[in-house]
Amino acid sequence: MKAVVKIPTSLRGLTGGSSIVEVPTGRLSEVITSLTDTYPELGERLLDEAGDLRRFVNVFVDDDDIRFLDHLETTVSPGQVVTILPAVAGG
Amino acid sequence: MSLSYQDLVDAAKQEIPEVDPAQLSDLIGNVAILDVRESDEYDQGAIATAKLVPRGLLEGTIATHAHDPNERIVVYCAGGARSALAALTLKRMGYSSVSSLRGGFGRWKNEGYPWGLPETLTGDQRGRYSRHILLPEVGEEGQIRLLQSKALIVGAGGLGSPAALYLAAAGVGTIGIVDFDVVDTTNLQRQILHNIDRVGQSKVESARETLASLNPDVKILTYNERLTADNVLQILSGYDVVVDGGDNFPTRYLVNDAALHLRIPVVHGSIFRFEGQVTVFEPYKGPCYRCQYAEPPPPELAPSCAEAGVLGVLPGIIGSLQAMETLKILLGIGDNLRGRLLTFDGLSQEFTTLNIRRDPSCPACSSESHPPQLVEYDQSCTPAGVVARAG
Repeated sequence: MKAVVKIPTSLRGLTGGSSIVEVPTGRLSEVITSLTDTYPELGERLLDEAGDLRRFVNVFVDDDDIRFLDHLETTVSPGQVVTILPAVAGG
Repeated sequence: MSLSYQDLVDAAKQEIPEVDPAQLSDLIGNVAILDVRESDEYDQGAIATAKLVPRGLLEGTIATHAHDPNERIVVYCAGGARSALAALTLKRMGYSSVSSLRGGFGRWKNEGYPWGLPETLTGDQRGRYSRHILLPEVGEEGQIRLLQSKALIVGAGGLGSPAALYLAAAGVGTIGIVDFDVVDTTNLQRQILHNIDRVGQSKVESARETLASLNPDVKILTYNERLTADNVLQILSGYDVVVDGGDNFPTRYLVNDAALHLRIPVVHGSIFRFEGQVTVFEPYKGPCYRCQYAEPPPPELAPSCAEAGVLGVLPGIIGSLQAMETLKILLGIGDNLRGRLLTFDGLSQEFTTLNIRRDPSCPACSSESHPPQLVEYDQSCTPAGVVARAG
C-alpha cells in the first residue's frame, strides 16, 4: 500500500494537473525524491539548492507539520496523506 | 385536596432555606445569584451580579447558568414568593444548595444594599436578536456583549463582504472596515457588500451603506486608506478582534505584526481559485501568521484573484467561517481555530483540519517583550527585526 501526496492548486501545473499523487512509503525525503523524479519541475519548486524544503513550503504528514515531527526524516507509512500547503493571499 | 398559591409558597418555604439581605451581601462573590423575575422587572433594577433567569425559563435553561449541582445558589424575585417556588424546583432537579432571598429584591433595596440598572436590550433588539437569545450559549447576556464588541475587518472584498454582513446582522456593535479601493464591476461576482449602483464609489462607503441598512444598531467606522506601517497601530488599536480578509502578503504580515503589538486576535482567511484557509492567530497563545508562513511563496506561485480567478462563492464560504470564529471569540464560547488550520477544497468539497504550532524561533512572536518592527514590506515580506515593547 502506498501513501498519497496532495498537490495544491498552485503547483498542479507541474504535476500535469494531478491533485493527488501516489508515492511509495518511507522517509519523507524519499517520498519527495520519488515525487520529483516523476515531476522534476516540482522538485525545483519544493527544494532549494541544498536539497532542503523551501521556507514557503509547508508539509504535513496526516494532520501534523513535519517541522514538529522529524522534518525530512519523518516516516511516511502506508495510507498516510502528505499535504503540501503554500500560503495563499487572496481575499 | 386543592392547594392555593399561598399554600404552595408556604410549603416551598418549609422545604428550602431562606437568607436575609445581610447574609446574601456577605455571600456575594461566592454564590451564584439568580433573578427569577420577568425581564421588565429586571430592567428596572437588579443586584449587580445576578443573572436573569425568568421563572418560566428556569427549568429549561438552568443547566447553562449553573453547571455544578453542588454550587451554592441564591434565588430572588420581587418579594420572596416566586423565588421560593423556583428554589424548590431547583432542589428537586438535584441542585443541593439552593436558598431564596427572604423579602426579595424589594427588601434588599429597602435595606439599602447596592443595586443598579442592568445593561439590557430594547424591545426591538429582543425581537431582532431573538434567535440568538434563544441559544443558551448566547442569551441576552451574550447579545449585550456582542453589541459592546468591536471588530475590524481588513478588506471590503470577497472575504470581508460576507464577514461584515454576518457580523453586522449579529449585532456586533462597532465594525471598522479598512479598504482603499473603489468598487468595479469585476468585484460584483463575489463581493456581496456592493452592487451595480456603487461602481466607482469607495468600497468602505459602499460597505457602510449596505451594513447601515441591514442593522442600524451597528456603528460603522470606515478607513478609506491603505494599511501602512505608519497607520496600522492607530487603526487596529481598540478593536477586540481583527478579521483579515486582505488580498496580498505584505498587508497580511503587517496585520500580524501590529496584532502582536496590540495583542489582538486575528481571524485569518485566504483564498485561491477553489481553495481556502481559515485559522485564528491569538498573539502569544498560539502560532502567529509568520510561525505558519515564515515567508510568502514567490509571486508566480501566488497570483491574486485578479490574476488567477476565483469562484465567487468560495469567499462566501471562507468569509462566513471567519464570521463564525469572530463571533465565538467575542462571545467566549466554543473552541476557536487557534492552533488549527482549516483548509477547504471546493472542487473535491473537502474540509481538512491541520495542526499548527507556535514556532519557538519565530522572528515575529518568539519574544512577547520584543514584538516585530513595523515596516513597509515588499513582496518578499522579509522580517525587519524586533523592537522593545512600548509600555
